Parts: sequence; C-alpha cells; structure tokens
Amino acid sequence: MFRNQYDTDVTTWSPAGRLHQVEYAMEAVKQGSAAIGLRSKTHVVLATVNKASSELSSYQKKLFKIDNHIGIAMAGLTADGRVLSRYMRSECVTHNFVYESPLPVGRLVVQVADKAQVCTQRSWKRPYGVGLLVAGLDETGPHLYQNCPSGNYFEFHAFAIGSRSQAAKTYLERKFESFMDCSKVELVRHALHAVKESLQEEELSSANCGVAIVGIGEPFVILDSKSLQAYIDSLEEGKNDQAAKLEVEEEGNAAVIERQDISGGAGVGVGAEGEGPTDMET
Amino acid sequence: MRSSKLISVVPRTLPESHLYSFHFIPTLRSIDFFQSLSAYVAVSMSRQPYVTGTSVLGLIYEGGVLIAADTAGSYGSTTRFKSVERMKAVSNNTLLGASGEISDFQAITQLLDRLIVADAMWDDGNDLGPLDIHNYLTRVMYNRRNKFDPLWNTLILGGVKNGVKHLGSVSMIGVHYVDNHIATGFGIHLAQPIFREEWKENMTLEEGTRLLEKALLVLFYRDRSAINKIQVANVTEDGVHISQPYALKSEWNLEAFKNPTASAAGSW
Repeated sequence: MFRNQYDTDVTTWSPAGRLHQVEYAMEAVKQGSAAIGLRSKTHVVLATVNKASSELSSYQKKLFKIDNHIGIAMAGLTADGRVLSRYMRSECVTHNFVYESPLPVGRLVVQVADKAQVCTQRSWKRPYGVGLLVAGLDETGPHLYQNCPSGNYFEFHAFAIGSRSQAAKTYLERKFESFMDCSKVELVRHALHAVKESLQEEELSSANCGVAIVGIGEPFVILDSKSLQAYIDSLEEGKNDQAAKLEVEEEGNAAVIERQDISGGAGVGVGAEGEGPTDMET
Repeated sequence: MRSSKLISVVPRTLPESHLYSFHFIPTLRSIDFFQSLSAYVAVSMSRQPYVTGTSVLGLIYEGGVLIAADTAGSYGSTTRFKSVERMKAVSNNTLLGASGEISDFQAITQLLDRLIVADAMWDDGNDLGPLDIHNYLTRVMYNRRNKFDPLWNTLILGGVKNGVKHLGSVSMIGVHYVDNHIATGFGIHLAQPIFREEWKENMTLEEGTRLLEKALLVLFYRDRSAINKIQVANVTEDGVHISQPYALKSEWNLEAFKNPTASAAGSW
C-alpha cells in the first residue's frame, strides 16, 4: 500500500472518501494466517491454519468458544480477538442470565459490529485489527458471519479470511452449492480441503490446522488432535469406511467439550503470525 | 476472563437501549430522587399497595395454557373498580396476569410492550418466548426488591412456543417457579388444592375451563375481594384469546343466610 497523506488518524477522511486507518486495519487481517468457515443446513465448521512463530513455541490460538451454540475463528491481531471474544462471552452469559435462552448469533454479530464501528469514529481509539468468522445457531438454524474491523458484518455460506485465503475461497466457490446437504463429516472434509489449499506446499497435519464444529443439538466443540488426525487421514484415503469410523468416534467426542485456556493464546504473544503487527510496509 | 464482579445483573434500563448510543439513557426513577434526598433526610422506600387485584389462576391443558382472573380492583377493603383488566397479551404467544397493585401491573405491561417492540425490530426470525419473558420479569422484580422499591405484584406468565407450553409465576420479591397449575394470593390456599386433586395431563379446553371455573367459584364464595365477573384467557401456539367478562352461577339461597344473626349472642 502506498503511503497516504490522510492516514494519520482514523477520524480523517481522505479526499477520495476513504478512511485509510480502517483499511490498514483490514490489511492486518489479511496478514494473519487463514481462517475458513462453511455451513450446511445443520452444522457450521470453522477451520484455521495454525502457525507457530518458531519450532520451540506452540501456535497461536485462533478458535474460541463463545457459548455452547457460538464459536469464532479469527485472523489478524489475535490479542484484539481475545478482547472481542471476552466481550462476546460476556454478552452471551448476560443474555442467558436475563432471558434463560441462548443469544441468537445474528444479534451478537451486530453488537460486535457496532462495537467495532465506534473505534472508527473516535480520534483517541484505533480499529480492532482482527477479522472474525462467527459460527452459531439461532432459531432459524445455523449461520456463518464475518465481522470486519470496519464495523461491517456479512453472512456467508462459506468464506475464508487471512493470508492465502484466496486459494481456499476458490475451492469454496467451486463447491459451496453442495454444502447445504452435506453431513457433518463431509463438511469437515471440505473444510480441511480448503485449509490444504491455503497451506499449499506444507503437509496437512493436526499440528498445523485446527477445526471446530457447531450444529443443531450439538454444542460448539474444538476437535482434539486425535479426532482431527482421523479426519485428515480420511482425506488422504478417501474411503467410506473411514468416514463411518469417524461418525462413531464423533459420537464419543461430542460429549467432550474442550476446556478453554481462559487466559487466551498460548505461546508467543505476537499478533499476526510471523510479522510484527505494526509492520505497515510503506 | 478477567474476574468481573457481578453484583447484580439488571436488564439494561430500557429494553431498547441497544438502539441508543450509550451516553444517553434517560432515567426517571423515583429512587434517584429519594436516594439523593436520603443524604439529608431519613427516607423509607417500603411502599404499600393502593388499588389491588386478587387471585389469578392458571393451568396447562392439551392445546396450551389457560389463565383466569376476576375484574375487580379493590381499594383496601372496598371494591372500588369492577372492570379492571388484570390479564394482558404480551406477544402473540404469551399472556401476563397479575395480582397486587394495579398501577405496577400497568407499568410492567408498558415495560414489556417496549421489550417486545425492541425485539421485533431486530426482524431476524428470532422472537422472545414465554420462558424468556418469565426470566426477564424475574430479573426486573428481583432487582427492584433489592433496591427496596418493589413492584407490588405476583405475576403469572403463560404461553406456548414451538410446541412447548410454559406456565410460571414471579412474586414481588423475585421468587419464581414453573408448574402445570399456578395460583396467586388466595388462590394458593383455595384453588391450588383443587388443582392438585383434579388437574391431569392433556385436559381438553372444556375440562380446563371447568376446572378453573370451579376454583374461581370457591374464591368468589370465600375471598372477600373477589367479585363474580371473570375473564378466562386461552393461550395457544396460534395466539392469545381473552374472553369477555362473564359471571359464574353461584348459590346464595341457603337457610343460614336467611336470618344470619339468629343465633348470634347478644342479638335481639
């Protein structure tokens, strides 16, 4: 991106009618490692590319459970993402306490978007540098949304954000019409194929990707590395009996909801994978 | 998550406050005035009810929920108003009935109107059901009680959503529960025993109405603040229907009533 004259603070318009700071924030999302989401009539699957900043560290946590029926995948400044997920969890818990029913995901997404918009209109704030893919349920079924630093939100059948997400998007664009009627297993395999596109040269393994699923009657679950590896193996073999074995395992794992490390990201606290978050190239 | 001290979770001051920016939320609460006044003068906030309604009864039947109440507004021991609507449709699948202070009931219905409108404005296929509203009212009543400024009512909330029938009660101190049959006030002592004996699963509309009328008749005989002008409301998945007021057939032609003081000591 060229150096622009009107980009010093977020409350200055450029003569071309743009807010450059907001666009730089969206750029931070594009620099983060990929996050992918897709949905069917009954399930939503989120998948992430996990990058560790060195061999010694563990990878950034990008999948967060917000409530039993809502979860997110993020790309960009994961520290900002942690703050937003704390806000989202708080809203869900408060809604549940007042109304004893789950907060519809569409309403939560609007609240997050409004919160992000505030940061685009105060001179003493900066936009959040994280894009969220929000997967959740409401009375009308499963939904997938994207939240942008700009304060916009969109609903998708399938989408990908972050670096090398275009490769994943191309795969999703080819296949998304068949997603609605997919079973959970098929949907996860589609997600893993999309992750594979983003990884390009690297081998797909449970160490460099993460998958989470939420569905009607099934709470949000982040797959542990064993289940994830089973799905990945089934991709390579492409056999139906593998799929059947997975279904049986899923029944057992569905009851186990992974304990979230509440303190947030494990390992190194750098924002966008590899790059420093303030490295805006001139 | 940073440990956040949740001392009291109050529904945001206005149900539609997500539509306002957060530095303008109008507050007009009597407690604000009294709390500032109480810095200078000892002020008591315990209140008393003035115009009150008596029992409200409710039960679940096969098609939904039936709730009944009379239309009396008492002013102490006097039957001051005889055409008071003590039940109101909150949304098209939920009904609220109240005993206790009528003005507080009216304040609650106004609050719920705004809640329902704010919810409908999302226009996203989600809507508040009877369970949501029951819990919301519990929060409201409990938080008012904590401020020593209660809404002097016992509320009955009934409705049907997605085939699930809900019937519950909230008191002025925030005690709340759900059950297949519910009563407030004198109904707890006179009607509930009848319900416990005679309520059964999947009663027809006919059977349910007859059971309610039986209990209401007992209340008319025995509760001094009850009158013989009742309304019965029927809440189903399709909607709420409140009947026009009607009277029950009661029997007063009893021997003991003809000369009531005949055996009273000291009479002549």
